[in-house]
Amino acid sequence: MEFTDEQITRYSRHILLPEIGGKGQKKIAKSRILIVGAGGLGSPAALYLAAAGVGTIGLIDSDVADLSNLQRQILHHTPDLGRPKVVSGKEKIQALNPDVSVVMYEDRLIAKNALELIRGYDVVIDGVDTFPAKFLINDACVFAEKPLVHGGILRFDGRVFTIIPKKSACYRCVFNHPPPPGLVASCQEAGVIGVLAGIIGTIQATEALKLVLGIGRPLTDRMLDFDARRTSFREIKTRRNPNCPLCGEHPTITELFDHEPESCAVKVMSDV
Amino acid sequence: MIKVRIPTPLRPLTRGQGEVEAKASSIVEMIDNLNATHPGLKDRLCDEKGELRRFVNIYVNEEDIRFLKGKDTSLKDGDEVSIVPAIAGGQ
Repeated sequence: MEFTDEQITRYSRHILLPEIGGKGQKKIAKSRILIVGAGGLGSPAALYLAAAGVGTIGLIDSDVADLSNLQRQILHHTPDLGRPKVVSGKEKIQALNPDVSVVMYEDRLIAKNALELIRGYDVVIDGVDTFPAKFLINDACVFAEKPLVHGGILRFDGRVFTIIPKKSACYRCVFNHPPPPGLVASCQEAGVIGVLAGIIGTIQATEALKLVLGIGRPLTDRMLDFDARRTSFREIKTRRNPNCPLCGEHPTITELFDHEPESCAVKVMSDV
Repeated sequence: MIKVRIPTPLRPLTRGQGEVEAKASSIVEMIDNLNATHPGLKDRLCDEKGELRRFVNIYVNEEDIRFLKGKDTSLKDGDEVSIVPAIAGGQ
């Protein structure tokens, strides 16, 4: 595959980087990245990955754009209210960069479809907002052995880390099991500062590009926590847990399953 | 004294403080002592049987207590303990 003059200009700031160059830009152009959730985290991730020239972006989301989403979900604009998020997302991505093909899945990721959906992609980005969905994505990526970039945001706190299945700590190595429903605060009570989605989602996109390019040091075996109130980052070391029920020495989870759904969108473990 | 980092969701119990001090020789003792000054904290961290909740992570000097002795991990003066919750959210 050869780039046109226009593409060389479009991606010139990448091509100038010795770590990327024309060769790296071709890797980006051939890459396929799945973004689960076209919301707060998925929006900035999708836009930057589109700008970067990712060949195929898969977008999965079953929702329509709601007025309360627009404070942070920058893929969706006011005229998109009531439209499916995958449709609105695809339009924005292609307006930004027509080189990108967008595959839309107007659906929820569930145990039944997860492996099939993930299979065709190189990297998965977690932009979902419930524990059951986050655990499912983790489990599916471990089974499919696909790298996953996890992200979470709540109030003024954000967290991001990368999971390379069977090589680095997975979500269950660290958190084992979702908090039981009812033991967590509701999203209406919790809230989130919108720009936090931009910060964490953009780091997720950076990680995904690094994985595609095979450069740098991935955000594995450490969680990067961001506190927007203090504007401070902190790294928390993690490691593979031999007792992990999914990727440990004696796994008890041997097939995908759906955790009990929660009643609301944003949760945190200790808001009992 | 042990320095304990309190995550945002638990700060209502510590009057907003992100860091509190405790005197304790183990994690169990630390939780009991913290609960005396900040009632309710233990319930958030432990189940009815007093076992640490599965989704609660506690680190001593950056090491996950799961890889030490769990709630029986010993503590000494100057240790730093972090309580790390899972964060969902994303949409």
